[in-house]
Amino acid sequence: MEGIKDKVAIIGMGCIKFGENWEQTIDDMIIDAVYEAYDDAGIGPDDIQAAWWGSVWAGETAQIAATPLKLGYIPFTHVENACATGSEALRGACYAVASGVVDIALAVGAEKLKDTGFMGLPQVRPIATWSYRVSSDTPPAEFAMMATGYFAKHGLSVEEGKKLLAQIAVKNHHNGSLNPKAHFQREITLEMVMNAPIVAYPLGLFDCCGVSDGAAAAIVTRADMAKKFRSDPIYIKAMTICQGPREGFLSQNYDFAHVEETKRAAVAAYKEAGIRNPREEMSCAEVHDCFTITELTIYEDMQFSNPGQARDDIQAGTFTLNGKLPINTDGGLKCFGHPVGASGLRMMYEVYKQLQGKADKRQVKNPRLGLTHNQGGAPGTATVSVVIAGNDLG
Amino acid sequence: MVGITSYGAYIPLYRLNRAEIGRAWEMPAAPGERAVANYDEDSLTMAVEAARDCLKGIKLDSVDGLFFASTTSPYKDKQTAATIAMVLGINRESVTMDFSGSLRCGTNALRAAVDAVRSGSANNILVIASEMRLGYPAGANEISFGDGAAAVLVGNEAVIAEVEGSYSIYEELQDFWRSDKDLFVRSAEDRFIVDEGYNKVIPAAVSGALKKFNLTSKDFSTCVLYVPSQRQVGTLVKKLGFDPKTQSKDMLFSNAGDVGSAMPMMSLVQTLEEATAGNRIILVAYGNGCDVFSLKIADDIEKAKVKDRMGISRFIASKKMLGNYNRYLRWRELVTVQPPARPPIEFRLPGPQALWKENEKELRLRGTKCKNCGTPQYPPQRVCVNCRAKDNFEYYSFLDKKAKVFSFCHDHLMATIDPPVTVAVLDFEGGGRMLVDMTDRDPAECKVGMPVDLTFRKLYYVGGIYNYWWKCRPAR
Repeated sequence: MEGIKDKVAIIGMGCIKFGENWEQTIDDMIIDAVYEAYDDAGIGPDDIQAAWWGSVWAGETAQIAATPLKLGYIPFTHVENACATGSEALRGACYAVASGVVDIALAVGAEKLKDTGFMGLPQVRPIATWSYRVSSDTPPAEFAMMATGYFAKHGLSVEEGKKLLAQIAVKNHHNGSLNPKAHFQREITLEMVMNAPIVAYPLGLFDCCGVSDGAAAAIVTRADMAKKFRSDPIYIKAMTICQGPREGFLSQNYDFAHVEETKRAAVAAYKEAGIRNPREEMSCAEVHDCFTITELTIYEDMQFSNPGQARDDIQAGTFTLNGKLPINTDGGLKCFGHPVGASGLRMMYEVYKQLQGKADKRQVKNPRLGLTHNQGGAPGTATVSVVIAGNDLG
Repeated sequence: MVGITSYGAYIPLYRLNRAEIGRAWEMPAAPGERAVANYDEDSLTMAVEAARDCLKGIKLDSVDGLFFASTTSPYKDKQTAATIAMVLGINRESVTMDFSGSLRCGTNALRAAVDAVRSGSANNILVIASEMRLGYPAGANEISFGDGAAAVLVGNEAVIAEVEGSYSIYEELQDFWRSDKDLFVRSAEDRFIVDEGYNKVIPAAVSGALKKFNLTSKDFSTCVLYVPSQRQVGTLVKKLGFDPKTQSKDMLFSNAGDVGSAMPMMSLVQTLEEATAGNRIILVAYGNGCDVFSLKIADDIEKAKVKDRMGISRFIASKKMLGNYNRYLRWRELVTVQPPARPPIEFRLPGPQALWKENEKELRLRGTKCKNCGTPQYPPQRVCVNCRAKDNFEYYSFLDKKAKVFSFCHDHLMATIDPPVTVAVLDFEGGGRMLVDMTDRDPAECKVGMPVDLTFRKLYYVGGIYNYWWKCRPAR
């Protein structure tokens, strides 16, 4: 097994402003993100040899993106992997290039969620696998149970636990306030988080990410060709995706205080990239903070914090913009927003800009390696993508 | 000997103080409280509860009949007895029937069961009566009514209360009724019902019965008399020649309410809980006529008093007050509240094919237990989650296993009649885990590690289909 390390480079990316983009159609968003990526790479639509389209709710087949983009009669694949869909699109493009079948591939993800007219994510009814006799819960509830589980496992009162989580929300809102493309660009206080209405107890409004419209895109090529396009390509060091067998809901072994798929995806990705101490070696990370509790458990599952010690790192400010390992420098799902099919690519957009030194007010110092952690599904039954990228070969 | 061989009951957790209804409508306060079924309960789910209470200590495969009686069956055209039989898992070759149409349908079913067993056409028939009737808001019925269920097993072995005799008369009288177009129970003028209904029909029936039984009022230790009026019970008992002080039962009016066709059996169950061998009970039920039974308590009565049976007495004691009347209106969907900003319920319209396919699994909570490593799993898994053994399992029921909450949350986003939805991950004694809604809970009391019961509930109603499944509730 050769793996993907240093075989693929990202040479162009685009990401529109996420938010309540009332005036934009999904076509507008796809076009704006992809043409920003073309301009960034210095290429045009005719250079794309294969494309991957990621969306959960936009509709069937890749015609949703092919129609506005008009790439011609090339392979265009629609992928869906819940909230990890954007990373799945990127994986398709990277695998195509790594295999040598094509030299230049496009990944684009988008979602138009604000047209539903209701709060939260839409619900779908698959034909073959749907059971009508199931519990009634929404994504916030699925993650709230991990908050309850984590608090119980570590002996935190709900008050203590919520205060801990609130610091993550405050951090990500601060980062989002520095980002003109973020959905939410307002600083918040601990008091605001603690006093916010409950969405799914114990999680309040500010513990939950934004449901947004948005689109993001990446253009990838062979690593050995990358410098023909630009002087500062970003290289893929590892790319894993891990799907669990719903073990958390079938077996009493699961503790509802971590995400097993994140742990395993991290181990695999670090191994492929040759990273021994991620806390020391990573320059920045964009992680799936769909809810504050998710980010907290990611600290431990991704080995940024020792098991059970995320609390100490949160208190110490380890993951703030000026901390040892800045996390979600662009505001994360929490503030940048979460148009599901675009999020994985949005994460990579920030890592890409950071590694190129183009992250403006949010720029981390001496960046070398960054990662994205993109999760679909819920604690107990997740699909987790981890992609590690670096600004140098080797 | 043919008679009752086991008994059980169900009273919903929630009670509404009648004074609170009076307060809401600026009417004089009536005494006592009434039982209020939760928004996810109906006559079918309460029947399942009462049946499960009755079947404690009973060999399930001995049951070969199930009669369900109610005027508030969820479907007009679909048998509720068959659904309950499926949920309970009784023999496929059982006779199932629905009884309805009057306040007397509970005792109609009891009589039919006794006659069937006596004739030899069945051996053990589970008779369940369950009611959740609606009175007009701001009307007397809303205040007096209550919700609940009772079940008795009628058989010919190990009889605890022999049915010595039964006697019935009918009466065509428009006293209480609800047409096929009505939501609320209507009733005629009180005085008319008292004069031409209770005061004529009941004495005629009881005197006819005593004559047929060759017994007098002195031969009975207890008279269980149901008429839909708390005030009239005492008067009538006395008029029939029984001593209201020593021979009459408190008929649950003041703590559960008038439970209609389920009331005679609920009161009978309450009487059986305290009965001793040799007692004789007369059971009188009014409704478009009158059913009368004479029951003699047998020695086996003590064996039926199993430890984990809730019965009427424990269900009465296990309660939570429904703080305000608005919640009752909301639960019964008698007011239109602001719809949630969530996808419409229609997207969850169940396909009858999909429901049918999963009946064993879902209605009976039938999972699997790996024969290789012993891990119980729900939903059933062909490939074991623990050891990956393929197709090496036995079916495994989670219904009789104790469970505790491993994690939970209160979901304020999910669309529901009574938010928030409490969702819980349950760990079962002996292994296995399940994700279910929690009902009958006070959110503030929910804790990791709390013991819960499984309870059969209505998930939602859409497109003419009531979708039922299991939930958990704090142990009662």
